[in-house]
Amino acid sequence: MTPHLQALQEAVAAALGPKLVRAGVDRGELTVEVKAADWLPASRILQADAGLAFTILIDLCAVDYEGFGEGGREGGRFTVVTHLLSIDRNRRVRVKATCEDDGFPMIDSVIDVWPSANWFEREAFDLYGVVFDGHPDLRRILTDYGFVGHPFRKDFPISGHVEMRYDPEQRRVVYQPVTIEPREIVPRVIREDSYGVGGKR
Amino acid sequence: MAEIKNYTMNFGPQHPAAHGVLRLVLELDGEVVQRADPHIGLLHRGTEKLAETRTYLQSVPYMDRLDYVSMMANEHAYVMAIEKLVGVTVPERAQYIRVMFDEITRILNHLLWIGSHALDVGAMTVFLYAFREREDLFDMYEAVSGARMHAAYYRPGGVYRDLPERMPQYASNNQRSAAEISRLNANRRGSLLDFIEDFTNRFPAYVDDYETLLTENRIWKQRTVGIGVVTPERAQALGFTGPMLRGSGIAWDLRKKQPYEVYDRMDFDIPIGTNGDCYDRYLVRVQEMRESNRIIRQCVAWLRANPGPVITDNHKVAPPSREQMKGSMEELIHHFKLFTEGMHVPPGEVYAAVEHPKGEFGIYLVSDGANKPWRLKIRAPGFPHLAALDEMVKGHMIADVVAIIGTMDIVFGEIDR
Repeated sequence: MTPHLQALQEAVAAALGPKLVRAGVDRGELTVEVKAADWLPASRILQADAGLAFTILIDLCAVDYEGFGEGGREGGRFTVVTHLLSIDRNRRVRVKATCEDDGFPMIDSVIDVWPSANWFEREAFDLYGVVFDGHPDLRRILTDYGFVGHPFRKDFPISGHVEMRYDPEQRRVVYQPVTIEPREIVPRVIREDSYGVGGKR
Repeated sequence: MAEIKNYTMNFGPQHPAAHGVLRLVLELDGEVVQRADPHIGLLHRGTEKLAETRTYLQSVPYMDRLDYVSMMANEHAYVMAIEKLVGVTVPERAQYIRVMFDEITRILNHLLWIGSHALDVGAMTVFLYAFREREDLFDMYEAVSGARMHAAYYRPGGVYRDLPERMPQYASNNQRSAAEISRLNANRRGSLLDFIEDFTNRFPAYVDDYETLLTENRIWKQRTVGIGVVTPERAQALGFTGPMLRGSGIAWDLRKKQPYEVYDRMDFDIPIGTNGDCYDRYLVRVQEMRESNRIIRQCVAWLRANPGPVITDNHKVAPPSREQMKGSMEELIHHFKLFTEGMHVPPGEVYAAVEHPKGEFGIYLVSDGANKPWRLKIRAPGFPHLAALDEMVKGHMIADVVAIIGTMDIVFGEIDR
């Protein structure tokens, strides 16, 4: 771990205090985990703290961990991840929080801290169904008007549920159940740890 | 007395100034915009979901189709994320080739932007000039990858193949005379690097042409000066990056601040604006084209002097050469496994970002150790920019909406993903 990442980790840990659940550096990136209940106050601290000054919200997205690593993962299903950037300090940090209820994932909106969270949260809601408490305008953003379901969840099939066609009798576009079967040409495999290590290179 | 009420108008999705498929619901008070509500997603193809069902290598061409005017820059962020996750080093020559093509891509993007922005605002001529130069840049893409736009040239571990020794030439045909063909082929007699160098010699004069048409043009200034002003604080709060942030006077460029590949060895400057209006962003982008030209020249000089491998020899990540594959059983197995099952990426998560022509383009990749990504999040620079449209156009006239969409350099491939 490089010294500046060490210093950043200590600074973030000091600023967040007991709100910090876990912090770690992997591949030169600092990841910080907080509780879903501390999401908004922790974000406020990271944005406002003079020594950190994470003034830009680069990205906010949700991740669905259902079945991750062949199902051996602890913790909730939906995680919200933000990537923050401090222009003054030239530092980045990744902040994560796992929603408590898998059936109705909910977390505070950070739109008051970073206005740019607006569309990112709408997108996470649209694609994963994570509800952002306090968002003033939580509409769908990327999917069709009247779309049902949250398409990026792992239990949503890649081919979707409905398809659209023009019906010449009704003389309009109609929805109908999909007629295609999803097919996977390359199966998803996780090899054991030692796979490929013994060979040349 | 007539009742006065606000007027709601649909702008797009088929409006030529909507830069694709933007549907904008504008609430107007007379001709003054009170509220703008962009409806996006008409080009949503679910790239991130598709990538979860493809091997790592199969998703490279999807990246070209995100921001389809700066193809290689998108690929760059994606392959960088994989390289970071796998921990593979890229040969130096490949890094120079990547930097060179990133800057070619930047010019390609800014030429389209300057053409369409000027066209939106009412200056037709720039568009024609800009597309003339884009043709040469597409020829560079074609020479190196075989495709004029969707190159799929950057691969995890390097670039697919080395720069060609011979630039493709125009063949004789019955449409053009022999003298005409000879004129067209005049700068294509040597290698690709010769062609690129010839372009960099010509290009500064072309930029002067655009500037002659626009920079001091009274109509251009009336349409852009003081339009869409964003303060530095607001630009940060709204998540701006790239020329949108630099136009507001913040000297932030990943190529300088968090250098990747060999940008730390390049000599170039970062232009910034002062007022944060459309005109400043125009000046910033025009200057960026000149700086990109400088970087390309440095790369050409280095690439001429330093031959070497362009892709890693770790055959768990990159395929072996055809000769090796035909001669060795182990390499044949490597080749077969790589193109059927794909590479295995160790578990973990990374975020890799490049200074894309439009801003910070990032890829957040989560892997559980399989041959396919668990989650791929594309951080498109245009997404937060367009989200700020409502704030930027509020109180402006409806004609300024077009100028502000133009200055944002919106491309829907990356916003809708």
